[in-house]
Parts: sequence; structure tokens; C-alpha cells
Amino acid sequence: MADLSLNLAGIKSPNPFWLASAPPTNSGYQVQRAFEAGWGGAVWKTLGEPILNVSSRFAAVGFNGKKVAGFNNIELITDRPLEVNLKEIYETKKKFPNHAIIASLMVEPTQEKWHEIVKRVEDVGVDGLELNFGCPHGMAERGMGAASGQVPELVEKQTMWAKEVAQTPVIVKLTPNITDITFTAEAAVNGGADAVSMINTINSLAGVDIDTWDTIPNVAGKGAHGGYCGPAVKPIALNMVAECARHPKINVPISGMGGVSSWREAVEFMLMGATGVQVCTAAMHHGFSIVEDMKDGLNNYLDEKGIDSVMDLVGKSVEKYSDWGNLDLNHQIVAKINNDVCINCNKCHIACEDTSHQCIDMLKDANGNDILKVREEDCVGCNLCSIVCPVDGAIDMVEYANGKPPMTWNERQAAIGAVSSCDVDLIK
Amino acid sequence: MTQLKSKGISLENLKVNFDEVHDGLNAQEAMEESNRCLYCYDAPCIQACPTGIDIPKFIKKIASGNLKGSATTIMSSNPVGATCARVCPTEELCEGACVLNHSTEPILIGDLQRFATDWAIKNEQLLFKPGQKNGKKVAVVGGGPAGLSAARELARFGYDVTIFEAEAEAGGLDTYGIVSFRLPQDISRWEVDQVEKLDVEIRTNTKVGTDVSFDELSKGYDSIVLTIGMGNVPMLGIEGEDLRGVHDAIDFVKSTKSGPITDELLGKNVVVVGAGNTAIDAATCAARKGAGDVKIVYRRTRKEMTAYEFEYDFAKQDDVDFHWLTQPIEIIGDENGQVTHLKCVKMALGEPDADGRRRPSPVEGSEFVMEVDAVIKAIGQSRYTDLIEGFGLDHEGGVVTVDPETLQTSNPKVFAAGDVIFAKGQGEAMVVTAAQQGKEAAMAIHKHLAPEPTHAYKKFNKEEHTWLT
Repeated sequence: MADLSLNLAGIKSPNPFWLASAPPTNSGYQVQRAFEAGWGGAVWKTLGEPILNVSSRFAAVGFNGKKVAGFNNIELITDRPLEVNLKEIYETKKKFPNHAIIASLMVEPTQEKWHEIVKRVEDVGVDGLELNFGCPHGMAERGMGAASGQVPELVEKQTMWAKEVAQTPVIVKLTPNITDITFTAEAAVNGGADAVSMINTINSLAGVDIDTWDTIPNVAGKGAHGGYCGPAVKPIALNMVAECARHPKINVPISGMGGVSSWREAVEFMLMGATGVQVCTAAMHHGFSIVEDMKDGLNNYLDEKGIDSVMDLVGKSVEKYSDWGNLDLNHQIVAKINNDVCINCNKCHIACEDTSHQCIDMLKDANGNDILKVREEDCVGCNLCSIVCPVDGAIDMVEYANGKPPMTWNERQAAIGAVSSCDVDLIK
Repeated sequence: MTQLKSKGISLENLKVNFDEVHDGLNAQEAMEESNRCLYCYDAPCIQACPTGIDIPKFIKKIASGNLKGSATTIMSSNPVGATCARVCPTEELCEGACVLNHSTEPILIGDLQRFATDWAIKNEQLLFKPGQKNGKKVAVVGGGPAGLSAARELARFGYDVTIFEAEAEAGGLDTYGIVSFRLPQDISRWEVDQVEKLDVEIRTNTKVGTDVSFDELSKGYDSIVLTIGMGNVPMLGIEGEDLRGVHDAIDFVKSTKSGPITDELLGKNVVVVGAGNTAIDAATCAARKGAGDVKIVYRRTRKEMTAYEFEYDFAKQDDVDFHWLTQPIEIIGDENGQVTHLKCVKMALGEPDADGRRRPSPVEGSEFVMEVDAVIKAIGQSRYTDLIEGFGLDHEGGVVTVDPETLQTSNPKVFAAGDVIFAKGQGEAMVVTAAQQGKEAAMAIHKHLAPEPTHAYKKFNKEEHTWLT
């Protein structure tokens, strides 16, 4: 049994699975049910001046019959009075002293507002604070959430204000609706953040009803952009976590989120530098009980790999993530089709023929059976055939020994540069 | 094909026993199943379909919510595609060829085809338009699947088409011969309607040779398609066939499709002679009419029966009892001319005969008698030899001789398709094959009568099962 307990910038929880600040953490009742189900922590739905919400609020993006590939919402921060939330946080913390409760906060960008709310929530015994600089819809129109999170100076200043009075660790939650998230992450670090968390939701319009021509979702026939999350956003979130993790100036822990649906994505995020993960859509889709497999699957994975503590996963793949210019141009892989496993759907052939490099032939073997064969000399190793193949093990991407020494683009350009500036003695 | 599941037989309300047994997919099931299709390139299911329906294409259209497009794709290749969705032996055709047989479970192609065509039926879609009239006339003799298929294609090519149908309604076997609980009549009627709406005239209750002369057809039309199918069950050639209670299976099934369900078999002992598709249909119809005991007697064994496995399973679910190696030798009646007993002899299998099946011969001294109230004969179908000879066509035992490429008969003006050219040893006589032959005959006529390529001129590539423009 591996040690699943987590320590993120001093915030401890019995496992790395926290519920993100969102509808599932709206009340004490919900958070207590979540802790009973096994969640390690919860980031309470963002506290601030209670807002008014609209109906409807959510929409999902399905794909090929699956209902929730992506999820979109236009719900705002808490609509309940601060006192009620604080009372429930206090009660919940008392019942579950070993679970992490983090208060998500969003106030107007003034020093006194930040001081006031930080003090009030810390009074009821939270384990940490998460500054919501990420919420992209509604609040941003009032200068809060993503509006302030998109300006590095505002991120730094507000983090500083919070840190001026905070007794508990301060996590800064970042918006992905920005060209380069490392700018705002660095600003948070400069402001004294103890950790950063990412990603908040991505600006989105889930769809348009092709019969009524209304937006999805819509409120009395009108729509506004929402925030996108769920399985579809994982690659975007994972990249942002990885970019921050490998950035030399962002040297604080990262709480990762965005499309974590099972223990597998949790492992991926942690390998890419996240210290624990936050989850929302998966819980909204299936209920709190999904955390059982998250913990069980993670534990079995760690046991199988012989890893004692989940904390040992953190950042193990970061050094493998680099710039394109550092990739070996001479490395070559080719597709190999195993015709004994192949079911002859010919998807690899047509994908390669129409949209890639025309190197998979439909042939007959000596017995007249249909086979597919890769012309290795023409294969660029793009992976497309193995991606569209519906059968495990029918296509392997194997290394092709071309005898060339490794050389990256950067090395190549440096070499060319050296030649043209005559740093290299061409004639011996 | 999805296994037919008997829903149990009601003895109180016999009519419900003839409602379609298989419910078909609901929208959610169709969506999930259609999304499971791999959308293969050069898909083997297309090759396995005698009519060459572009199956991945129609399934993709279900998944995208384009049901009109899906139904059009199906019906374009197969003018009786709604019927075939229900009656095709899909496990031996498209579903049997599905590549997923090698990894998981084949796609329920028949059920998806039914889903799309049911949508078209329910939404009263008219999927095709007649072609621009080319001034030529074609007579189609027989409005079954082959005839409808030929007529549909000819109408799309621009011919003036008249179907001569002996029965009160067109559709042939689909309308009268396939049991309602597998193929409700409305399905066949919709397919007939689709053809009729292409300005095809359908003259029902019109027997060629009686109501219309051969000469009239020959003189009045540029070409003739002979799609007369097969006739009733031949005589067993034993004593007592004219007794009351002895039925022809074709007529028996037809009576359950064209009239009210009657209760004369309620609780009775019924014996069906034969073990082909029609025998199964007759036996299950008898069971569903409330017969107390239904037996199938067959002179060979289960191995040689021509019924499909799924039909056999379905009959077993309806409690039909199979008696193999049993040959009726006499039907015995009472003084009122009503059948009371069937005398049979046990058989043994010997050497294979002409069609490769082992020839049965009687076991001496094994005669026995069983009590019966009705005997239904289902030992095959006779040929309309008189009609064929009326047209002056070459034939072999009632099977019209045709050029295999063009389906042209010994009379260059006459083309033939469907059961009328179906000879022994050619595999299974299927609705889908008849439909394809109808298309091929139409194409051959089009080439024959309109040798210059027209806007509708296309060549059917038999190897590829595709239409070449």
C-alpha cells in the first residue's frame, strides 16, 4: 500500500484528489459527502460578494455518442452569504480535521478587500487560500477573475495583498485564456504565492442549436461565453502545467487540473510537475464515488511501479519536455502492421493514402488473403495509422535504424552558423 | 440478424401473435450502435451485400442524424431495403463479413438498416424521382421484389413502366409470403408505394396469359421483364392430399397476411412437411394460430435442412417439434373427408445426390401413424412453366434460361430476374438477390434500348458492386 498523502506548500491531505472550486463544493453538505466518499481535499466554491445566477447554466459537448467530452458553464461564484459559507467551512473542518479545505477567494482588486476576506476565512480554520484569478465569465466583466488574471501586474499586486495578511499557504489559480501562462505564473511567484493552480476554464461557446439557432446554453434565447472544462481540455491543461513546471523562475508547487477523469490523468499531471490534482467535471458527471477508483487505481499503479509515495511522482517527466528545437531530427520510427492481429478495416491505408504519406499498401499474401503492408522507406513515422487503428497491437511504431547520429534543429543551426561565420576551419 | 425472440403465444388473442416480434432499435441504441461502426475503407460488408449497399455510409449518416440520407443510401442500392433489413440472413451476409467479428462483436447492420428505413416509412419520405421520360415502354410481369426493383430502376432511367401483378397487391413474397411477425405488410406496401410514385403503373389482379395476352405485351412494349417468381407447393404424390385439413404452405401463410387470423387450429395437432424457410414460416404460423402441437417432418436431417439456424431457433422457441428422417407416405382421413392421421416411414441417408445432399431412402418396416388435424405441405415451390412457355422462352424445368451477364432470355426482348431464374444448387433464394437481379435486368435493358450514354446511364460493376458513371 503506497503512501497517497499529499503535501502541497504545507497543505496536507490524505490523498492527492481534491475537488476543485466549483458547483460540487458549494456547501458544507456537499463537501462533507465528498470527504465521506474519500476525497482528500476540497477547494470551496469561490467566496466573495454573493452574486445572482441565471438559468440555465451548463452545457456539454458530446462526441460520437458520448455525452460529456467537454463541459461548459456560465455559473458564477457563490450565491450564498459569506457568513453561511464560513459557518459551514468551520463545521466541516471540525468534522474532518485531516482533510484539506481551501477557500477560493475573489474580491474587487483593492488591498483592503483582500485583507478583509483573507482574515475572515482564516478565522474559521481553512488550510489554505486559492485566489481565483481565472474565472472567465461574468465576474471578468466586473474586473475580477480572469480580467485581473490576464494582467501580470494585477496578479502580482493582488497576490502580494493577500500574502500581507495570510497565515496559511496562498495558491494562485491561473486562467488559460492568455497567450503564455508562464507570464502570469511568474507574476504570482513574484507576488509571493506559495503555489499556483491551473487551469481554470477556457472561454467557450458550447454550441448552437441548429433548429432554433439559439446558443447552447441559453438564457431566454440569449447566450454569453462560458468556461470550458472536462476531458477535452486535458491536453491544454497538461501543457500549461508542464510549461510552468519546466520554467526556471516558477519554482513553487503546482496544483493541476483540467480534464482529470481518473487516476491515469492524475498520474500524468503529477509526472508533469503537479503536486496533486483538482477534479470537477468527472464528479459532476458521475458523483463523488468515482474517487474510490481514483485512489485505488493510483495505489495499484504505485505498488506495481514500486513507488512508496505519490509525492515521488511529482515532476518525473518534466525533464523530458523541451522545445521542438531540441528534438532529434535523425531519429526515425516506422509503422509495422501485424497482419495476424489486423482485422482488415483498412482505416490505416485510407488515412495514410488520403491524409498522410501514401505508404500503406493493400496487398494479397501468398494464400490470397488481404494484407496491409508499410513501405518503410516512405513512412515518416507520423503515428496516424496507429492512431486510427481500432485494434490493440495491430500496428506497432518501431525504431528504424538509419545509422545517422542524433542531431537537433538547434545543433544543426548552430553548426550551419559556425560554418558561415567561419568559426570552423574547413580546410585542414 | 438479431435473434428473433418469441414473445410467447397468446391463446386468447391470436392476432397479437402476428405482431412483429423484434422491436428494432430505439434512437439511443441506434446512435450507440452506429457510432460503434469503424467506417472501414473498402468495407467487406459492402462486398457481402448482394445489392452492394454502401453500409458504412448509411451507418455514418445515422450517427450524424442524417436519417433521410441514410435511408436514401440504402434504398438507392436496394429498392426493397426496408424488407431486407428484416428478412436478410445478415449473419451470412453483411454482419458475417463485418471486421469486428475478428475483435469484438459485429455491427447490427440489419437493425440499423431497419432503423433508417423505418424512419423514412414513419416520416412518409419519398426518396427518389422518376427520370426524364425517354419515350420507351417496359412491361414488368410480376410485382415481387425482383419486379419492383427492375421497375424502380427503369423509372429512374426514364422508362414508362407498367407492372402486371396477378394478386390484389404488389410486393409478391414480401407482401404475401413472409410471415407478418417478421415482416409486417406495411413495410412491403411502402416499398411498392415508393415505386408507384415514380409514375410506375401497377395493374393488380391482372394475370398475364389470361387478362393480358403475351402478344399484347410483346407488341405494346419495347422490352419485358419477367419476374414471376415461383408458384404453389407441388403435390407430395401420396394418398389423401385432397382431404380437408391438408394445406399448401404458401396459401396458408398468405391467409395469415391477407385476412383475419382465424381460430380453426386452436388446440389442434398440425404437421408441416418439409424443413425450408417456408416450412418454418408455416409451422410458426400454425403455432401462433394456437395449435396445440406442431411438428415438422423432414426426410433428411437438421444438417441438410435449408432453413437458416436462426429460423430453426425461432421455431424451437415457438415449441415446434422437429422429426428428422421422417417421410409421409399417406394422409388418412375419416368418412367426412377430414384428415385424421399421417402415415410416415423412417428414412436413412445414403450417398450424396446431384445437389450434394445425402439421398434419403426408406427404412423397411419402419412405418408408423400419427394423429393429425392438419397437414401443411412445404416441400418447395412449383414453377410457372405454362407462363414461361406462353412467352416462348427456353427453360430448364421451369427455370428460365438467361445470359448470366445480361439476364436476357432466349427472346432478346425479354429479360428475367428473381426466383424464375433461380435454379437448384445456386445457393439461397433470397429477397436481396432478387432485388439485385431486378437492378441488373433494368441496367441490361437500359443498355439494350439506349445504347447511347444518357445522363442516367451507368454501368454496374459486378466485381466491385458499384455503379460506374
